[in-house]
Amino acid sequence: MTLLEISDLKTHFPTQSGIVRAVDTIDLSIRERETFGLIGETGCGKTVLGLTLMRLLHPTTTVEGTIRYRGKNLLTISEAEMRLIRGEEIAMILQNPTTSLNPVMRVGEQIAEAIRLHQGLRRRAAKEKAVEMLDSVRIPAASRRANEYPHEFSGGMKQRAMIAMGLACDPALIIADEPTKGLDVTIKAQITELIKETAKEKAMLLITHDLGVARALCDRIALMYAGELVEYAATEEIFENPLHPYTRGFLGSLPGNGLVPIPGMSPSLIDLPDGCRFHPRCSHAKAVCRKKHPELIEVEAGHFVRCFDA
Amino acid sequence: MIEGRKILGSVGLGILAVFVIVAVLAPYIAPYNPHQMSRPMEHPSSRHLLGTNDIGNDILSEIIYGTRVSLFIAFVVSAISMLVGTSLGLIAGYFDKLGFVIMRVVDIFLTIPRLPLIIVIAASMRPSIWNLIAIFLIFGWTMTARIIRSEVLTLRSRYYIDATKMIGGSDCYILWRHILPNVIPLVVVQFIMEAIHVIFTEAGLSFLGLGDPVARSWGMVLHYAFECPIIYVSDVWMWWMLPPGLCIVLTVLGLTFVGYALEETLDPKLKSPAYGRGL
Repeated sequence: MTLLEISDLKTHFPTQSGIVRAVDTIDLSIRERETFGLIGETGCGKTVLGLTLMRLLHPTTTVEGTIRYRGKNLLTISEAEMRLIRGEEIAMILQNPTTSLNPVMRVGEQIAEAIRLHQGLRRRAAKEKAVEMLDSVRIPAASRRANEYPHEFSGGMKQRAMIAMGLACDPALIIADEPTKGLDVTIKAQITELIKETAKEKAMLLITHDLGVARALCDRIALMYAGELVEYAATEEIFENPLHPYTRGFLGSLPGNGLVPIPGMSPSLIDLPDGCRFHPRCSHAKAVCRKKHPELIEVEAGHFVRCFDA
Repeated sequence: MIEGRKILGSVGLGILAVFVIVAVLAPYIAPYNPHQMSRPMEHPSSRHLLGTNDIGNDILSEIIYGTRVSLFIAFVVSAISMLVGTSLGLIAGYFDKLGFVIMRVVDIFLTIPRLPLIIVIAASMRPSIWNLIAIFLIFGWTMTARIIRSEVLTLRSRYYIDATKMIGGSDCYILWRHILPNVIPLVVVQFIMEAIHVIFTEAGLSFLGLGDPVARSWGMVLHYAFECPIIYVSDVWMWWMLPPGLCIVLTVLGLTFVGYALEETLDPKLKSPAYGRGL
């Protein structure tokens, strides 16, 4: 069952130096209870895609296309309706746990907020639920910790608290934006484990540039480059049979695979190269790659690639 | 450093508490009705601890009742100014278009020299404490609105505001639950600054004779003292002029100490458990 269907989505920011095409013609769908990984370099538009789904971009941004969530087009419903969806239906876990909690509010209260906003529970009941949520993300002595302020939490605990906040209203879809960023390796493993557990019940869009985390958690993976998807398939398929040169480069840059970097830099989203957007960095680039923009084609069942070579 | 602040804060609070108690209990503490007339220009004695003035009012009683007037004006003006200034500052900081309009109004008020205009307005109105309060309120909210706005501008781009939007918080909810608590320390400090300013300005206006002649504040007591030429040539100034002046200075000092100490107490990051743990 498809939970979220994005078609022809474009998110453009008008700026002084030109239009930034942060998300450019993206089609993808996320099924119920599926964990979908969105992978790409910094600045390829991953986070913008997440914020577009939540409709939390600056008002001057132009968004085109459709985002269908359980039959509703999220881009056309009113702000009030959208507020009911945020947190209750779709929750987003931000990438900066240290700054995503209000420093002057007790952690428990901040988690209780989500519950009170959507479920209309009284302060006391919401607080109890918040403690339960903290306990479920394995914060020790949750009832005492709930009364503490964010600065009394460690980085990993803050991220757990953020996850608890995201899960508080039992949303159907979680958008996790680099949930392991800035955490040290052991904590990262714990958080990954925690996400894996919670993700079993829910659909998740995992935004990351950490292939290890993505492989451990995702059912399907999409690679994003310069605002568009270049390849997507089932996780194992991506790792066993990568077709796009960018995917291969990305895998080759893993420490276990030789630590070979992809040459060059990702292009400016204002001034994109003609033809294939990856061609200036691609070792297999041919004449056609410079002139024509490749389409995303299905090479095998469920395996899509945007490359003339595939 | 922290200890020093606490001591100063307690001293300030103590001073203010004394004045507040005096103001509240004025009818019980004052030995005479301040309008009651007895022999004029009496020197301090057991009957009149600070003597009497030129029309025979007991000066101590005058000062005790004056505490009421001075503190009442300062409190009412500061409270209303903070309410208005904070609300407008929050709106101005969070909503760009409204903010632009509000800030241009603030600009206009801030470019007008405050004291001369207050004097002009006060001089053209019937002197009463309500008119004084109204005059102070015209300007009281502006600086606060601006300061709160600039704080809101930085607060609203914090990630926890985004996080609240992501759980479905509306703009009003975010302003009330997340931004307001973060600006409260600023509001308290502004409240104290405004109270200090009002006490000084009110004393100044009254000194110039623009205060309420019926409800005499400390400034008004000073005004009448200075109108009486005898204070320049005798010891009378020691009990007629000095005490109200000292009251003004002490109140302002008390407020300043409290403001200084609050800076620390109101910042939860400096609260004791975490501070002790050295986090």
